[in-house]
Amino acid sequence: MSNAGITVATADPPAPAARHLPRRRGVELALIVLAVLLSVYGYCAVGLAQHGTLPPGAAGYGAGLGVLALLAHLAVRLRAPYADPLPLPIGVLLNGVGLVLIYRLDLETPGDRAAPAQLIWSTLGVALFILVVLLLRDHRVLQRYAYVCVVAALALLTLPILFPAVNGARIWIRIAGFSIQPGEFAKVLLAVFFAAYLAANRSALAYTGRRVWKLQLPTGRVLGPIVAVWLVSVCVLVLERDLGTSLLFFGLFVVLLYVATGRTGWIAVGLLLAALGAVAVGRLEPHVHSRIETWRHPFSSIEAGEGANQLAQSLFAFAEGGVLGTGLGLGHSVLIGFAVKSDFILATAGEELGFAGLSAIFLLYGLLVERGFRAGLALREPFGRLLAVGLASLVSLQVFVIAGGVTGLIPLTGMAMPFLAQGGSSVVTNWAIVALLVRVSDSARRQHDGQDAR
Amino acid sequence: MTRHIRHAGFFCALLLAALLLNAALVQVVRAPAYEGNPANRRPDIARYAQPRGDILVGGRAVTGSEDTREHLRYERTYANGPLYAPVTGFASQLYGTTLLEDAEDAVLSGTHPMLAPFPLWSDFARAPYRGGDVVTTLDPAAQRAAYRGLAGRKGALAALEPSTGRILALFSAPSYDPQPLSGNGTAASRAWARLTADPDRPMLNRAVRQTYPPGSTFKIVTAAAALDAGVVRNLDAPTDSPDPYTLPGTRTRLVNESKGCADASLREAFTFSCNTVFAKLGVDVGARDMTRTARAFGFDNGGTHIPFPVARSTFDTSLDLAQLALSSIGQYNTRATPLQMAMVAAAVADGGQVREPYLVERTTRPGGSTLAAAGSRPARQAMSPSTAVRLRALMRDAVRNGTGRKAAIRGAKVGGKTGTAQHGLGNSGTPYAWFVSWAQGDHEPAPRVAVAVVLEDARSDRGHISGGDAAPIARAVMKAVLNSRERTPSQ
Repeated sequence: MSNAGITVATADPPAPAARHLPRRRGVELALIVLAVLLSVYGYCAVGLAQHGTLPPGAAGYGAGLGVLALLAHLAVRLRAPYADPLPLPIGVLLNGVGLVLIYRLDLETPGDRAAPAQLIWSTLGVALFILVVLLLRDHRVLQRYAYVCVVAALALLTLPILFPAVNGARIWIRIAGFSIQPGEFAKVLLAVFFAAYLAANRSALAYTGRRVWKLQLPTGRVLGPIVAVWLVSVCVLVLERDLGTSLLFFGLFVVLLYVATGRTGWIAVGLLLAALGAVAVGRLEPHVHSRIETWRHPFSSIEAGEGANQLAQSLFAFAEGGVLGTGLGLGHSVLIGFAVKSDFILATAGEELGFAGLSAIFLLYGLLVERGFRAGLALREPFGRLLAVGLASLVSLQVFVIAGGVTGLIPLTGMAMPFLAQGGSSVVTNWAIVALLVRVSDSARRQHDGQDAR
Repeated sequence: MTRHIRHAGFFCALLLAALLLNAALVQVVRAPAYEGNPANRRPDIARYAQPRGDILVGGRAVTGSEDTREHLRYERTYANGPLYAPVTGFASQLYGTTLLEDAEDAVLSGTHPMLAPFPLWSDFARAPYRGGDVVTTLDPAAQRAAYRGLAGRKGALAALEPSTGRILALFSAPSYDPQPLSGNGTAASRAWARLTADPDRPMLNRAVRQTYPPGSTFKIVTAAAALDAGVVRNLDAPTDSPDPYTLPGTRTRLVNESKGCADASLREAFTFSCNTVFAKLGVDVGARDMTRTARAFGFDNGGTHIPFPVARSTFDTSLDLAQLALSSIGQYNTRATPLQMAMVAAAVADGGQVREPYLVERTTRPGGSTLAAAGSRPARQAMSPSTAVRLRALMRDAVRNGTGRKAAIRGAKVGGKTGTAQHGLGNSGTPYAWFVSWAQGDHEPAPRVAVAVVLEDARSDRGHISGGDAAPIARAVMKAVLNSRERTPSQ
């Protein structure tokens, strides 16, 4: 980008010069059919493994998922015909696999059925996807609502403080039997705000202000608001003991700041702050301290004669999976106990689908993220680029934080595996992310002139 | 900006690579260690996920599996638990396995590699193998006779088929019901606490895991050694032995419980169980030959498995002459399991040949095809066949005229030897009563059964303990074997 990015919106490029890319809607449809078939196959495999018969709802389940996916596909065909054909099928497949895994775990916990609610939330999520694709004709409109977004995000983040804590964390609100995690919705809103603000102020951030040693400090007037927003959100989350999400916001902030300004120094400062913050929280907060201890010595509770803790059980589940897995419905990940359908859902995938299946799931996420970055590269206006990169990074960081946590790579922080985990807010939010990626990619490919923007 | 987007993308790719590498590390590299972790319940869950194979006696399963629908799904059940507990042992989800349940666990639980229906494919598909069955050599009628005979007593019995070494009955009293131990609940731990605290130690298999001083029954071994070594050539010639006999190198005088033992012939001495004669015979034979004969019978052999391990019966080899004299009448450091003494009787019955006893006829796959069969076992000549013939005559005399009259069976030739073994500090304990015998139907070509019984709580006074107490139990078991028309086919 050579033009100074202080203007709010860049003008559309002259349309006639653009060479339209193939629309690829047929590919999308084929992939959606494949995704639905794979999910139905998984559903049947669970039933066969557990009872020796096809589960009674297999046809209904397949039809329901198929209709939802088809409606979403029609919406894309109608209003985003140039969109990238991959994000929607990936979303359908991950959501379908998530439903299969939750249904499978429901069989082990007859008193606590989560799959029906998850199906309703998935429907809501797809409905939101369709709404976004139909109503949001141009993603740049969002730029106007940057400050609305940030106010809404902070409101959503602070809301759960008014509600009683659930399992030690104040991140849920319970309305009419449904528990909602407003922090999930705040993710997208904050991503929009960061993208909009940085797109508008990136030159000021990059080129003004004092220079201290090798570091170019921007003026406080420009940096102030965004740092304030970030600090408030992180503080709120620390108060609510939702460290995973605060880590996610921090990562999002640093990535977008780096992409917008191109200043490596910010990365250094960010990492330094993160390290200081992590050490301080780890020392001061007993909850976090115990998480770190568990991460360093996952089997200490066994040696202490207290049996395996959740992380150890999770590692046992992954280990049992080996390369090819035990097969759907044949594992014992239910031994993990609490949060087996949400934070630890990946352990079930790892045990029953093995390293092969787990890698496939990781690669699906990787592909989704990659499509986001592609859209970001193909676009030419900074807001769209930052939005695409921000959303893709959100997915990437969230997958890393929770998957790394349950496999013992990093300390465990409770967070939902996108699309797979039980949790309505998360599913709806992820469908919103996919919808925005579809929208952004449609703009990118519609304007494509044969080469990436510089 | 494009460059920085690429950098950020590269960073995300790095995160993905880290996840994949770590997953490979956990799922492939470290998996064996995690699977072996004692807190990992998956091996237990897999073990109890399917019914355990059964143990068969006389063609019928004496064990079963109950589907509890719990996490550890199948629990062991026992039909007639106390009757077969000294053979089956228990298979508990809390306390492991013992005896046959332990020795044949690989077959019963389905981990034996030969149980794979399609070897390579089964490993690949991770399908658990179904457990196989264990067919025992037991004769149910003989086992029941032993159970009835030892009811309310403390002791043990072992019965063998002399020509093969098949174990026909193996019982230890008091017995117990292994079924309450099967599960993993408080009932199991209560049963365990009760059984382990019981002073009578019902879970101890006295027939194979406990050794006793064999007392006079050991005189069979001494007589065999004397005959083989040529110390005695004529059964009816006087043996030139004083009564009482002063142990060599000491002033201790050994006496008899019956009269007329001075210079008694071997036949008389055997029939009336003269200690003086046999103590002197042992000394005359010498430590070397006594040891050789005792070893040939199976003493001092610690490696016997039937297939569960048998305690080692001992004949002390570092002896002075006084000790040798005492050892030769089954006292001092001589100790034997009931199974060992049954082997002695079986050797006499089978022309001097000792065969390794065994309890498992064959193991089968779930379909019934044979997985492994007990092949013919090597026989060891413990004494010359002529000595065996003469010993058979001596043992028959003891039953016809001597201490073992209560073991006689109409329509059968029965040979036997009683024994009383003193034990405890200063011989203060209730003496152990022994009876060792074999039986052959009048119309049969060879003896069908050899039995050894020991009672820890012999009732009558010292003089006539053994014949009066242990012999009827042996008789009942021998009768049961002789009466059972059909022998379990040996395949």
